[in-house]
Amino acid sequence: MSDHTTERDWPLWEVFVRSRRGLNHQHVGSLHAPDAAMALRNARDVYTRRSEGVSLWVVPAAAIVASSPDEKDSFFDPAADKAYRHPTFYEIPAEVQHL
Amino acid sequence: MTMPALATYALRLGDDALVLSHRLGEWVTNAPQLEEDVALANIGLDLLGQARTLLSYAGDVEAAGRTEDDLAYLRDEREFLNVHLVERPNEDFAVSMARQLLFSTYQLALYERLQDSADPTLAGMAAKAVKEVDYHRDHATQWVLRLGDGTDESHRRMQAGLERLWPYVDEVFGTDDLEQSLVADGIAVDASTLRAGWDGYVDGVLAEATLTRPEGTRTPPGGGRRGIHTEPMGFLLAEMQHLHRAHPGASW
Repeated sequence: MSDHTTERDWPLWEVFVRSRRGLNHQHVGSLHAPDAAMALRNARDVYTRRSEGVSLWVVPAAAIVASSPDEKDSFFDPAADKAYRHPTFYEIPAEVQHL
Repeated sequence: MTMPALATYALRLGDDALVLSHRLGEWVTNAPQLEEDVALANIGLDLLGQARTLLSYAGDVEAAGRTEDDLAYLRDEREFLNVHLVERPNEDFAVSMARQLLFSTYQLALYERLQDSADPTLAGMAAKAVKEVDYHRDHATQWVLRLGDGTDESHRRMQAGLERLWPYVDEVFGTDDLEQSLVADGIAVDASTLRAGWDGYVDGVLAEATLTRPEGTRTPPGGGRRGIHTEPMGFLLAEMQHLHRAHPGASW
C-alpha cells in the first residue's frame, strides 16, 4: 500500500448495535470513518436505517485485541469436554426469557 | 391553469425536497467512501418521502386527478417551483456539503414552524420530517466543520463551495402574495421570518470551521417559485423523468 493510499483511507471502526432496551450490544459489522463522531453517524446510516437499533457503539478496530488463530487449540479445545460447566442440569422456569 | 394557493405552496415545498433528493442520489457511487454514499442516499430518501407526501397532497388539493407521479414526472421545467439552491449542480463534495448546510438549516427552521400549521396534512408532514432534517443539518455541520478546519486544501474547497452557493441564499427567504395569503390563514410559514435564526446557526458553524461568511456576492434574480430556473434544471429533469416518459405507466 502506497503512502498516498494510507493517507487517504479512513480508519476502520467496529460497530455494535443494541436492538432494544434490556439486550446487549451486538457486533454487526465494521465501517470506515475519519473520526469517532463521523463513525457514529455512518453507523447510524449503514446499520440502523431499517429500525435495527436504539443504541450504537463504535470502537476503533485497532483498539480490539483479538485471540490468535494459532492459539485456537489451547484456548478453546479444553472447554469442549467439560459438560459439568454447562448449566444443563437445571430446570429452566418457563418465565425466564433471553436465555 | 391556476392551482389553488395551498396546492401551489405544497408543490413549492415538495419540489425543493424532490429536486434536492435527486441531486443527493447523484452522489451514490461517487462519494468519497461507501459509507458516505449510504449517508447521502439516506438523506435523499428522507427528502423523497417528504416530496411524495407534499406532491400527493398538492394533487389532492388541486383536485384535477394528478397523482404524485404525474406531478414529478410529467411536468415541464417551467412548472417546477423549487428554489435555485437545490437544483445547482453537485460539483465537488464541499459544494454539496455547503448546499446541505445552507438548505437543511432553512428547512429545519421551516418545518419546526410548520408543525403548528392550521393545515393538518402540512403539520403532520412537518412533525415527522423535523427529526429527519435535524439529522441532515447535523450531518452537513459535521462535514463543514471538518473540511473548513481541516487541511489547507479542504479549507480552500469548503470556502469556495460557500462562495459558489451563497448567491442563491436570498431566494430561499423570499416571500410573495401567495405565501402571505396562506400565512394570514395560519397555514404557511413566512419564509422571511426564518432568516435571523438561519444567520445565527450558519454563522456559528462558519466561525467554528474557521470559514468566512461570503459578503457582497451578486444575488441573481431568482424566480424558482414562479417556475424560472437555472440552466442545470433542464438536464436534471431529463435524467429524472426520461424513464417514466419513455415507458409510461411502467412499474415493478
